[in-house]
Amino acid sequence: MTLLQVSPSTWDWEFAREILPDMLRGLRVTVEVTVVGIAIALVLGLVLAMLRRSHRRAIRWPVGLMVEFIRSTPLLVQLFFIFYVLPDYDIRLSGWSTIVIGLALHYACYTSETYRAGIESVPKGQWEASTAINLTRMQTWRHVILPQAIPTALPALGNYVVASLKDAPLASSVSVVGILAVAKEIQGDTFRGMEPFTIAGVLFLLVSVPLAILVRLLEKRHAFERT
Amino acid sequence: MPSSEPEPETSSSAPLAMVHMDKVVKRFGDNVVLDQLDLSVQSNEKVVIIGPSGSGKTTILRVLMTLERPEEGVIWVDGRPLYHQERDGQLVPAKESHVRDVRRDVSMVFQHFNLFPHKTIRDNVTLGPRKTLGLGMDEAEERARDLLERVGLSDKIDAYPSALSGGQKQRVAIARALAMQPKVMLFDEVTSALDPELVGEVLSVLADIAHHTEMTMLLVTHEMRFAEEIADRVLMFDAGRIVEDRPPHEMFSAPREERTKAFLQAVLRE
Repeated sequence: MTLLQVSPSTWDWEFAREILPDMLRGLRVTVEVTVVGIAIALVLGLVLAMLRRSHRRAIRWPVGLMVEFIRSTPLLVQLFFIFYVLPDYDIRLSGWSTIVIGLALHYACYTSETYRAGIESVPKGQWEASTAINLTRMQTWRHVILPQAIPTALPALGNYVVASLKDAPLASSVSVVGILAVAKEIQGDTFRGMEPFTIAGVLFLLVSVPLAILVRLLEKRHAFERT
Repeated sequence: MPSSEPEPETSSSAPLAMVHMDKVVKRFGDNVVLDQLDLSVQSNEKVVIIGPSGSGKTTILRVLMTLERPEEGVIWVDGRPLYHQERDGQLVPAKESHVRDVRRDVSMVFQHFNLFPHKTIRDNVTLGPRKTLGLGMDEAEERARDLLERVGLSDKIDAYPSALSGGQKQRVAIARALAMQPKVMLFDEVTSALDPELVGEVLSVLADIAHHTEMTMLLVTHEMRFAEEIADRVLMFDAGRIVEDRPPHEMFSAPREERTKAFLQAVLRE
């Protein structure tokens, strides 16, 4: 007696072609939240790194505490907090905003540490020479410190860009239908998992591998510019 | 010594000297590096500072450049207090903007050059004048060309620091500081990090500047013959105090203090 007839999956090209447009729509959402999230993270991370070098303890300490806290808790917890707890305080964010803000904040804290390492690799004498030509602190950051610190930080930053793409499927946890959510929906409707999840994996690969190559190229170009 | 006569527009305590230090104290932890230091340097004076390492001679330059903040005392640069502002006839700790304003009169050349490695020689020399003196690119570049010619490096204007020898780097660093047209120039052991055969080219540039400009110069150096050639006064430092302060020929031929004698003997034996 069989309750349900489930044949072992064999790859069905026809089915795969049928679901591909929906899958691509899902990929678009995933890439979108990643790009917006990581773009904010790269800028915010730099700001956080600079704030952690502030002369004022009242700025340096709270920022440091926040960075350590966010780095030590899972992104999923942060997403749930934004999505389910903040509304109690009348801050209501859509799923899309939640995943973007979550990714941005989470990766800002990681990239800030990378920027910080880059900043600390710039010798103290560079700050002193900037003082000797009377630059302001902001001018010193802009013209002397960051142009040396960022190329150093670039390889590690690139890795975070790729990593954030792989965290983006967490969007489905706050009801944003990215590529993985689409795949799961298809599986739920048709009881076929092989094609949608395989396609999801391959599509991720198709985005992240060229991205990784791009990062390596960027790295090399900047390495040349330094000498 | 500085006159304490009032200048018309400034407070009654503003001294006429170009640099005037009044009971300046700098500590690193329990270590007193500048011990109630009094010092006056007149405009156009060239002062060489000598002394054993750890005597505070580098710290005096760093305090003047605002790289270290003294715990006590008042420092005046061309009649204006560097770390203080006057309020109701009282000196109170200054805002950052005031410090920057006074600091414009001071520049410094370092032992390890500290050129900006990501910028060409042109950009190294023009950055300060463009960003802090408000010069246009053309004007700043003209000034850079003049100065690079003066230090004998016109042909290096498009090079990066990594392509230069130590002596060339230090000459660029001197040009970079001169481009700020400071009233006071500080030189912190500028030949100590150089290979022996490169010391001469830097010293001859320094001698040229000392003889042909009106700038007030404070130099920390171990090059005694050079000191004798260009200095108006030599200060012997020990334990955060000036133990002897005399013209170079007197200092080197007939030092009075035992510590000066011992130090000079040790240095000249090398």
